[in-house]
Amino acid sequence: MLFLTRTLPFLFCFVFGMTGWVIYYVPHEWAQTVEREIALWLRLVYAFAYFLGLFSLLSLHWSKIRQRQAGWAYSLIVYISFGVMTLFVVYNDGHGPFAAQATTGPYQWMFTSVHVASSATMFSMLAFFISSAAYRTFRARTPEAAILLVSAIIVMLGRVPIGAYISDIIPDTMQWLMSVPNMAAKRGILLGVSLGAIATSLRIIFGIERSYLGGGD
Amino acid sequence: MSKIASWITVTVMALHVAAGAAMPLAIEVYDTPNDAGGSLTLTWSRAVAGASSWYSVYVATAADGPFRLATTTATPGLKSAEPGLFGYDDDNDGYHVLHISDYATGNGEERESLKDGTTYFVRLGVQTAAGEVVGAALSATPRGNLFNTSKWNNLILGIGLSFVILLYISMARRKDLFIRRIAGLEALDEALGRATEMGKSVLFVHGLKGMDQIPTIAAVSILGRVAQRTARFDTDLRVANVDPVVMSVSQEVVKEAYLQEGRPDAYRPDSVFMAATEQFSYAAAVEGIMVRDRPAAHILMGYFYAESLLLTETGSTTGAIQIAGTDSYTQLPFFVTTCDYTLMGEELYAASAYLSREPKLLGSLKGQDVGKALIIGLLVVGTVLATFGVDTLTHLFAAL
Repeated sequence: MLFLTRTLPFLFCFVFGMTGWVIYYVPHEWAQTVEREIALWLRLVYAFAYFLGLFSLLSLHWSKIRQRQAGWAYSLIVYISFGVMTLFVVYNDGHGPFAAQATTGPYQWMFTSVHVASSATMFSMLAFFISSAAYRTFRARTPEAAILLVSAIIVMLGRVPIGAYISDIIPDTMQWLMSVPNMAAKRGILLGVSLGAIATSLRIIFGIERSYLGGGD
Repeated sequence: MSKIASWITVTVMALHVAAGAAMPLAIEVYDTPNDAGGSLTLTWSRAVAGASSWYSVYVATAADGPFRLATTTATPGLKSAEPGLFGYDDDNDGYHVLHISDYATGNGEERESLKDGTTYFVRLGVQTAAGEVVGAALSATPRGNLFNTSKWNNLILGIGLSFVILLYISMARRKDLFIRRIAGLEALDEALGRATEMGKSVLFVHGLKGMDQIPTIAAVSILGRVAQRTARFDTDLRVANVDPVVMSVSQEVVKEAYLQEGRPDAYRPDSVFMAATEQFSYAAAVEGIMVRDRPAAHILMGYFYAESLLLTETGSTTGAIQIAGTDSYTQLPFFVTTCDYTLMGEELYAASAYLSREPKLLGSLKGQDVGKALIIGLLVVGTVLATFGVDTLTHLFAAL
């Protein structure tokens, strides 16, 4: 049992980790073939995992409906939406479930007019959330917050025509802020992230870090 | 130079000189380096400035033809534009380059790809106002390459940094290493303790990336540590997923953590669940959980996109303690603004090792820091050299 839960996953990690590393440096066709094959297997695993995800989603919402938990009506909407969309996918604009997915019909309409529109609504809420978050951050209570406030005002003004209208210095300062301090901080973070990624990869490939299998080391 | 040795190279002088139209000098044809095969590269001396020429490349499988048109262009590239293949030699500006991967078969628009292992004969034609002059046939054989020589610097740097990290891991077994305090991780126990005292749950949110991405692996490792603590404190843990593979792995991780803490009975399979598979549907689902269930702590680890602010701004209105960690620098400002503690960049990767206090894992953190110091040193030296016009170090570390 320990072989299946510990040794075999470590072995897979080591073999596939090293394979991925070698493939990065080998442009030969056989390396490309191995890479394509691994990607294909990954897609297969994902296809099966989606069934597990669907089961988890439906069972979670079913228990909410059954126990009349707070917001159970939303869970009912999940079921109704899932049923309606499945029906339209099977209907496939009259072509049936075995034909290629139609580019017109009720499924496409539901997708673009309900799903895409809902997603766009969620995304547009960001504008309001940014405003409220900015209000809290830009209160100049500390020297750092004051610097942030001044920088943010310059960047915001520099990005719109009124900034240049007030003074040519504003867009130039904005550009300097973006390409010098901002870029330096960004690259510093990326440098740390890259080294962190290498260290994490090594820990996992060589079996030093095992917490992703659960239960610590 | 070693890559040049593997090329099949033939250099000829101009053979034809017609009225006003001279063949370029130093024509070479060889297998394209650093590729999967099926390609030849042709280089020749750059046309005289101001002279307008039209170049055609003809390919045949026999020295005496028939030669078929492979490509024709008036604006061939320069060797200097491809440092990955030709390096940074100053002379590269003086040579044109063309890559050929197929040629016309003569039957309409049909084309035949170059095959590995087959020797092809290539002729360069130069069209000028006086007519076309075609050079001698040069031969080369395309084949796939076993090593991408433009990635030498990456390989050496990767091996060097890995060596430093592994060295510190082995050192950590023998002596204690000092690791700086990470406030966000120190606060984790405080957040979990608060949730325990309040009798409320802890909500763990992965980023949007899949299980094959390092930030997600780091997030799952942190989840393992968090689950051990929630099992110990008997606190309800909820893990909202966007990816079914991450969900399956997280279920196993949480289950194993509860088992490890001797609390298998406390593990509920539905505590690690699928919230949605789309970005904003997921954001809406998690926001709903935050508002309805009011968890005492929100832990957001992984790679986030635009949903980061939606989640944490909603979370901050519920009064929950929020700890976030991401290597997505575009989302870091949002987390810093809205969360109580933020793990920035590499701290996300350090979290699991930091929480475990396992010497071997802490050694990797120390090695990581030493690697960073080495790179900073190289950056300083490179900056000084580049300021004085010496680009050698810059070219040595350039991504090609």
